[in-house]
Amino acid sequence: MKIIKKLCAVALLVAMPAVAIASGAAVHLDAAPVNLQDTASLQRGAKLFTSRCLACHSAVSMRYNRLGDIGMSEEQIKVDLQLPEDVKVGSTMLATMDANSAKLAFGVTPPDLSVISRSRSADWLYSYLRGFHIDSTRPSGWNNTVFPGVAMPHVMADLQGEQELESHEGHGAGKLVLKTPGSLTPVAYDAAVADLTNFLVFMGEPAKMVRYQLGWIVLGFLSLMFLLVYALKKEIWKDIH
Amino acid sequence: MMNLLTKLVGWIDERFPLVSMWKEHVSEYYAPKNFNFWYFFGSLAMLLLVIQIVSGIFLTMNYKPDALFAFNSVEYIMRDVQWGWLLRYIHSTGASMFFVVIYLHMFRGIMYGSYRKPRELLWIIGMIIYLALMGEAFMGYLLPWGQMSFWGAQVIVNLFSSVPFIGHDLAILIRGDFVVSDITLNRFFALHVVAIPLILVLIVIAHLVALHEVGSNNPDGIEIKKHKDANGKPLDGIPFHPYYTVKDGVGVMGFLIVFCAIVFFAPDMGGYFLEYNNFVPANPMKTPEHIAPVWYFTPYYAILRAVPPLFGSQFPGVVAMGIATVAFFFLPWLDRGKVKSIRYRGPLYKAFLASFVVSFVGLGWLGLMPSTPTYTVFSQILAVVYFAFFLLMPWYTKIDKCKPEPDRVTFK
Repeated sequence: MKIIKKLCAVALLVAMPAVAIASGAAVHLDAAPVNLQDTASLQRGAKLFTSRCLACHSAVSMRYNRLGDIGMSEEQIKVDLQLPEDVKVGSTMLATMDANSAKLAFGVTPPDLSVISRSRSADWLYSYLRGFHIDSTRPSGWNNTVFPGVAMPHVMADLQGEQELESHEGHGAGKLVLKTPGSLTPVAYDAAVADLTNFLVFMGEPAKMVRYQLGWIVLGFLSLMFLLVYALKKEIWKDIH
Repeated sequence: MMNLLTKLVGWIDERFPLVSMWKEHVSEYYAPKNFNFWYFFGSLAMLLLVIQIVSGIFLTMNYKPDALFAFNSVEYIMRDVQWGWLLRYIHSTGASMFFVVIYLHMFRGIMYGSYRKPRELLWIIGMIIYLALMGEAFMGYLLPWGQMSFWGAQVIVNLFSSVPFIGHDLAILIRGDFVVSDITLNRFFALHVVAIPLILVLIVIAHLVALHEVGSNNPDGIEIKKHKDANGKPLDGIPFHPYYTVKDGVGVMGFLIVFCAIVFFAPDMGGYFLEYNNFVPANPMKTPEHIAPVWYFTPYYAILRAVPPLFGSQFPGVVAMGIATVAFFFLPWLDRGKVKSIRYRGPLYKAFLASFVVSFVGLGWLGLMPSTPTYTVFSQILAVVYFAFFLLMPWYTKIDKCKPEPDRVTFK
């Protein structure tokens, strides 16, 4: 018995560093304050998305009129999002820049953002959009703490301002310091990014809130059915001994 | 009205054995009265087959099996098709739950010795269903055409290319191309929606016919046909209808509560039922850092990775994985125990079965993790435990100290 205990202890000790390695490689991500019921935040996020992201990125699975789900009327979609004349409210969100020019400009085709929140997670997006810093070694002049070597420049630098990465002596990741302020305060910029992240999460699965609402009704119905069928079973089985 | 119905049934019965079939398979099929919780999973597996076929038909109406359109057509289903998101989540949750149910159903069979004489063929047909189901799941997983679909298929098909001499050609035969491509997607689609479901339905019917021929086993592992009344009915048997139709109905409702909780509140199950990387469109030029199959294949995947390559060939690992899958087929002849059910087995069998469960779950977890030297050692240890359950079975079941079986089933 003693030997078994010892063996277990040894196995645990051996396993520890392996677990640490497996989980330690990831970058620290800040928790995104996602709230899909906050339509005001989602609408602000939609405006940021169409004005800042759609220049290069597309969202081919997302139709403009789906923004009705977050409380925008057709008129609001047309006016607030400044839809060009030739874009209909029923169309999907296409990038202004065509993919080939974008590839020539950045070296990679900007990925479609329809389900980016589902592959990357809200926390990743929230941290990434706040992680840009000046880096003269990069072709775009920008780098990112969450996505090192990213091809995308900081398209919201006018809002956030310019951050620099102050490298630590020795080990550990550096600290981001705001050198040149932008038009938004750091708190306001974080709130704007939170809105944008919120919108990206909504866009990843527009039917999500409907799903939750319907889920309670379905579970309620099934629980009732369960009780009914269970009572029926008791009744039918009562003569089996 | 009633008269008309009786007449109709009479008319049909003169031309088709309707009433006798109903009697044979439902109202006068005598099942042991002592079924417990573990006996829900057979009917639940049938329910899942129906759920998958029905939701699959509607998905097929909207999905496009084309490398250019497949990924976006899934998102089209999720957004623009009425109730499309529900269909898609039912189908994706159904796939994982099918394996949950089948694994529990198989475990039940092992626990109570349901594979023992005279049910060997019933067990083998069941194992064929399991293999067909694995093929069905593997091919279906390619269809959303995400990164994990593509690279998972690439990895698995490459396994076949490690077969000596014919491997290279075999892999090309499966893919229809030199890499996983649009051609592969098309043939997997055909196999997933037509060929394998057709086979599945046929062998499920064969499974039921075989079951009704030999009769159901029960948690005591004894034959109820040994004690019959004057009319030839087993004393411990009760008609399937209404007793088990209503009891399975309770199981169905309980299961649907769990199933719908997943569908409506956690369809990706933290990345286990729908992998996050599969929301990135397939890109043959970009290999993901970490490729893991879906959870239901990971025990075998861990065994594959646990076996060291021989002369740079993965073939030994592939063979080990293949043996791990088909080992279940041989259970009826590996088991030399005097009793069938775990209730009357000795401590040796219980210890081996428990360690087998630990190895299966442990390997499943390890198969999801990135490969590290430590994890590989763990996988190797657990793989040995896994195979020991089968290889040593003739020995430990024979020398085990069994308790005497009861004469009649224990009820309540």
